[in-house]
Amino acid sequence: MSKFVFPRITFWRSLATVLITAGVIAAILRFTLGLGATTNLSDEFPWGLWIGFDFLGIGLAAAGFTIVAAVHLFHAHDYEPIVRPALLTAFIGYSLVVLVLVIDLGRPDHFWHPLVMWNPHSVMFEITWCVILYTTVLSIEFAPIVLEKFNMHRPIKWIHNCSLPFMILGVLLSTLHQSSFGSLYLCVPNRLHPLWYSPLLPVLFFVSCIASGISMVILETLILSRNGRTLLPPALRANLAKITAVALAVYLVIRFQDLLGRGGARYLGQLTYHSIAFYFEIVVGFVVPLVLLLSPRLRNSRRGLFTACVMVLAGFAANRMNTAITGLESYPVRTYFPSLIEILIMLGIAAIGFSAFSLISGYLPIFEPEPEKPQITDEPWIQNTPPAGA
Amino acid sequence: MAQMKALLIDISMCIGCNACQDGCKAANHLPPGEEKRLSPTAFTALEEHDGKWARRLCQHCEEPTCVSVCPVGAFTKTAAGPVLYDAEKCIGCRYCMQACPFRVPRYEWKSTRPRVQKCIFCSERLAKGLQTACAEACPTGATKFGDREELLLEASKRITAEPGKYVPKIFGQEDVGGTSVFYISPVPFEQMGFDNRLGKTPMPVLTMSAMSKIPNVVTVGSVMLGGVWWITNRRDEVAKHEGSQKPGPAHKNQDHQ
Repeated sequence: MSKFVFPRITFWRSLATVLITAGVIAAILRFTLGLGATTNLSDEFPWGLWIGFDFLGIGLAAAGFTIVAAVHLFHAHDYEPIVRPALLTAFIGYSLVVLVLVIDLGRPDHFWHPLVMWNPHSVMFEITWCVILYTTVLSIEFAPIVLEKFNMHRPIKWIHNCSLPFMILGVLLSTLHQSSFGSLYLCVPNRLHPLWYSPLLPVLFFVSCIASGISMVILETLILSRNGRTLLPPALRANLAKITAVALAVYLVIRFQDLLGRGGARYLGQLTYHSIAFYFEIVVGFVVPLVLLLSPRLRNSRRGLFTACVMVLAGFAANRMNTAITGLESYPVRTYFPSLIEILIMLGIAAIGFSAFSLISGYLPIFEPEPEKPQITDEPWIQNTPPAGA
Repeated sequence: MAQMKALLIDISMCIGCNACQDGCKAANHLPPGEEKRLSPTAFTALEEHDGKWARRLCQHCEEPTCVSVCPVGAFTKTAAGPVLYDAEKCIGCRYCMQACPFRVPRYEWKSTRPRVQKCIFCSERLAKGLQTACAEACPTGATKFGDREELLLEASKRITAEPGKYVPKIFGQEDVGGTSVFYISPVPFEQMGFDNRLGKTPMPVLTMSAMSKIPNVVTVGSVMLGGVWWITNRRDEVAKHEGSQKPGPAHKNQDHQ
């Protein structure tokens, strides 16, 4: 056991400490005083910032399933170095979303009810189950990393042997609930502004989560490194950027075809509260990054790629917040702006996320190469483990 | 089958006396006192629009959106018409409030154990064979309680008898698939604060069009993903096998390890 070393105080660590402390205090207030006293939620606006944050967290965690599918199902082994960072991102993202959901619930003590009280007609029910099951699958996918740390190789072999169905299940569950977040709004055609309402909401949510999830991973490969070397060679990073570009292009085609087809486009002519929000989301998050990513020079430059991916994430965040908040406002009669406590809780949870990533990636072998598959080697590792009966 | 009950609200006959709200509050043991809007303590409220009153309350839809969206099934549509709510099940996700086409459900925001509150169509009184408290309290007959089909007939009779007095529409007959509360009005419904974008399709149908694709996504998706895995895995194995046959690449593999 190594001696306890007091962690060095850095700007980011101090900021995270402040945000987490403030978030915890805000959360205590929320639970003791109730939603009405601490949030700006109301009968007119029963869903606010926290729901938007859930959409965001789940979307950023989408890399978990896309990269696992690419590497383990489609055998694109070149991308193996980013599997673990993507899994960690997904695992943290989902855990935090569950945490926010519980804080958001009016009756957090009833959070377990969907497990036993079923309503299969409800999108919310489907999402709850998908998120629970997918978080379980993520734990199974993540377990080998933890077991490796403790040199427990036998369970790793068991998990490897039965991992295929779980990986397929993970991809399916992700597809379902990523799109279902869009389906939540299918039943409010009279409320959600036509610039965002569409029968294709589930499809649009799914396509955009692919772009955002991969952008998140690209950013991670740009920021993080493995033993001083970048996680992915620039050529492979540029390939990921191409996939993002394709997702963005597909998204734009579907979105605009749908807007033109159903007459939503008539709101684009004038500058209103809603159309400005729409233009921000589409230009910053989809059009400009698409143009940037189509240029091979920018795709291969760190700065170009970084800019484009940050824009994708900003536009993605804007899209989810617009769907969850702006599109339901009727400016200036009925608007919503989150309270300080809502914002503090959200920032605190975001800070927990970043801190958790940094802590866990320092402790567990996240950036080390995955050990060779057991069946490929001559199984020398088996000698390291105690006999089964011991 | 139990006869579906309903309310017919004739906006031209309402004098804004608020007796309906008083009666409702008494019957539901809510704190007395006039309220101008729906609230956790006012299951019905009179909204004034230019000297006329639109009485707001849960419409008790034929295909209620709240029943379909609730993840734990806290809402139920009963055979006699009322849409009921069970606070013991409710987790407080507030999707019902977000989804209700009439923006009816209200939340006890001030409580730390909040419930959703809305009109329950006096279901206990109905079970005893009584009419709803609001209909009983109404002094002018602006709210009339009765069997759904009979009230629809009566509404169209009133409109045809005095075509100049009413706009030719029974609100609630077909809107969002039909409700249990009907309105007839002397002025266009938009002027009384009614949403004219609702349409005749029940909102749950819109959701089901997406939800019904789930079984296909699961079956087709798992077969496809399994297939892709098999093909790419096979490709890897073949490459490995071919590599081991030729001396050159085999050396390369060893160097790799």
